[in-house]
Amino acid sequence: MRKLSRNRQASDELSLIPQESCAVSQQGQNCPITPAAPVGEAAGDDEKEFSRRRFLTMLGAAAGAAAAIGSGIELLSYRAYAQSMSMTSKGGVPDTNNWSGDSGMTGSGAADMASTLAPPTHQWAMVIDLRNCNGCQSCTAACQKAHYLTPDQTWIKVFALTNSVGQTYHMPRPCMQCENPPCLHVCPVHATFRQDQGVVLVNQDRCIGCRMCMAACPYEARYFNWNSNVKYPPLPVQATPEFPVPQREGTVGKCTFCVGNLNHGLLSECAAGCAMGAIYNGDLKTDVGVNSMGTTIKMSTFLYDNDAVTFKPEQNTHPRVWYILGHGQSLSTDTASAS
Amino acid sequence: MKETEVNELAFLAKTGNGASGKQSWAEDVRIAAVKPMVERTTVRWRLAVTVLTLVVLAGIGAWMYQLAHGLGSAGYNDQAFWAVYIVDVIAFIGVSYGGAVISAILRLTGQSWRAPLTRLAEGTALVTVIIGALFIFPHLGRPERFWEILVYVNTSSPLFWDFMAIGTYILATLVFFYLPLIPDLAIVNGMLGRSRHPVRYKIFKALSLGWLGNERQRRVLHGAMSLVALIIIPLAVSVHSVLSWAFATTSRPGWAETIFPPYFVIAALYSGTALVIVVASAFRKGYHLERFITKRHFVRLGYVMAALGLVYAYLTLADLLSEGYTGITSGWISQTVSGRYAIPFWFYVLAGEVLPIAIVAIKRTRNIAGLTVASIGVVISLWIKRLVIVLPAATQPLIGSHWGTYHFTWVSITITLAGVAAIPLGLMLLFRFVPLLSIDEMEEVGELGSTEQVSEHTVAAQELLLVGAGASSDVGNGNGHGSTNGHRIHATQSEVKQ
Repeated sequence: MRKLSRNRQASDELSLIPQESCAVSQQGQNCPITPAAPVGEAAGDDEKEFSRRRFLTMLGAAAGAAAAIGSGIELLSYRAYAQSMSMTSKGGVPDTNNWSGDSGMTGSGAADMASTLAPPTHQWAMVIDLRNCNGCQSCTAACQKAHYLTPDQTWIKVFALTNSVGQTYHMPRPCMQCENPPCLHVCPVHATFRQDQGVVLVNQDRCIGCRMCMAACPYEARYFNWNSNVKYPPLPVQATPEFPVPQREGTVGKCTFCVGNLNHGLLSECAAGCAMGAIYNGDLKTDVGVNSMGTTIKMSTFLYDNDAVTFKPEQNTHPRVWYILGHGQSLSTDTASAS
Repeated sequence: MKETEVNELAFLAKTGNGASGKQSWAEDVRIAAVKPMVERTTVRWRLAVTVLTLVVLAGIGAWMYQLAHGLGSAGYNDQAFWAVYIVDVIAFIGVSYGGAVISAILRLTGQSWRAPLTRLAEGTALVTVIIGALFIFPHLGRPERFWEILVYVNTSSPLFWDFMAIGTYILATLVFFYLPLIPDLAIVNGMLGRSRHPVRYKIFKALSLGWLGNERQRRVLHGAMSLVALIIIPLAVSVHSVLSWAFATTSRPGWAETIFPPYFVIAALYSGTALVIVVASAFRKGYHLERFITKRHFVRLGYVMAALGLVYAYLTLADLLSEGYTGITSGWISQTVSGRYAIPFWFYVLAGEVLPIAIVAIKRTRNIAGLTVASIGVVISLWIKRLVIVLPAATQPLIGSHWGTYHFTWVSITITLAGVAAIPLGLMLLFRFVPLLSIDEMEEVGELGSTEQVSEHTVAAQELLLVGAGASSDVGNGNGHGSTNGHRIHATQSEVKQ
């Protein structure tokens, strides 16, 4: 990618790409990889929750599944696979057994077809440690510089909020990469999709610009390309959903988790740009997270020990971004609070 | 219109049969209905069409500008991501709904007085639904990719439901407009003959499907019309329910409301009834239909409108009260009632509820001029009300406390005005090609359907019955629905006695 030289150095010492053997050992049945559960959801609940996804899937399932299986179009299996990924995790608690691709793929006929695809080696996530955030917005700046965004387009936006005792704290908000993304359900042309590593992306060559996804997103994480006068320098690569630069005017853009960086062993631009190390890029499958300070965390333990929360769990979106609550209090002390 | 043409038309209209008393009435109907199709246009007509066309062209030009400069030129931003154009879609399809349902309900309940209004109402429905559907294009950031909705179908998207519902509704409106037209096309061909305009004759001949007006044909046509009228009511309800679900299926406070489908349906009926009154008033004046469309029609439609207005006021209150009372997610309510959207909201309350209902309630103002003013107020303020539904929920902060702002620009205003101008333009052009009045229907109902006078207390009672239970005190026999030969004048006689 563009900033290869700068980030290559970081990745070498951080070793974000994990060893496969390590991953297998950590995913034994007894290994409790269960970060703090969001409000109101029990992990072992067998009752089918009445989610919008399930409801709508039921509605369209008969025709859709019959057509997909009947015609055996291999391309559809990709979508079915992505859907099975989000349906196998219950109540917002990551179930890493299913991410291994071994046991979670047999749930339905549609999921069986997905076995033709190699299982993904990563499930990207993010941890934002608000104890280390001072609201400097350098994550926003780094993101905007990397993606040539206009000042309005804050794919990661730092909100200055007030807690219940009148204290100001700062909360960076990237795209939550929901496992049950409302934006995906409402898109009339499947321009928004969820790839097999759990990252929700926008195909800007498909998007018709109806902005239904902007209405549906509870996190205001989507930004439209309103004007045609945005200037881009000559770029060496073509725009892709993973790296949508230059963006198409009249379509919707959003945080991509810099999934291209992650797959090349680099930190996302915001994580690399955070001098405080408040943003960790994580991989749920290998249970590893890394920030710009070189701190490496074991995701499950870190989330559990620090009472991690997801944002707006009542929306039933199952975000893959976890927050450690705080107000920048760790900045004055040692930042190595990772386990 | 030159004197000779009048005489010629009057002669051509003398094709009916029956007693001499009705003969002149039938002639008058035919002349009035066909006159706009054949006479030379007046200077006023041409001037009006020119001005309206210029406004529409200006709107198309503004859309071209928007295509070149992006949706930002229409005042949109990431917090005001939905604004004027989706309001236009809702408002225009909404007024269409009124025309279709009013006509359908009046048909089904056998309201004989509907006859002079149905063609106007159905024409308005057809024109406005097409304009409303076209507003989807300026709404989209990439209108040239619209076809993808049909190719990359996502059945779980409310916008796909919208697409299906609006598409079906346009077809139904077209059929609903066409069916009552079949006898009229044959009548027009019989009147004007082949020589005057051979192309039109051929087209009308093909479209009139060999209509002779015999008993069997009437039975089939009335059956079909009743069926379509029955279908179009739930269909129109579904269109506006689905439109509302584009909002209500999001998680935004102010949109994610269970009340939204009926809220949208009643708003559509209310504004649609108002637009029928405005159109009837304008065409009555401009096309000299005073003999057919009388104060009685306006008063009756006014009662329907007032009843719907009260229902809509009730739904508005219900929407605001329950959420505002708890105050959990009511930021949009305080902004609506007393904040940045207070002026448009209270404008709606005044011009969209208090004033029109007062005009209908007070006897002195319950006349054609008063009802026209009331209806214009309703149409405008219901557009504004939709804006007050769309904008507060869109611009509200879901995180933090920064409210977004929508700024009107010349682009969005011009495009919207073009849509407004396209309604009279479309109707004026439409009635250059098809009869302005539903000739056959009016002849079936007879003169009394248009001119009989009843006391207004009776009318009020009838309207309440009509709105409340879909019932009607009009006995008769459904004005010729399945009625037999001859002249169907008896349908309204029970009304006359009152």
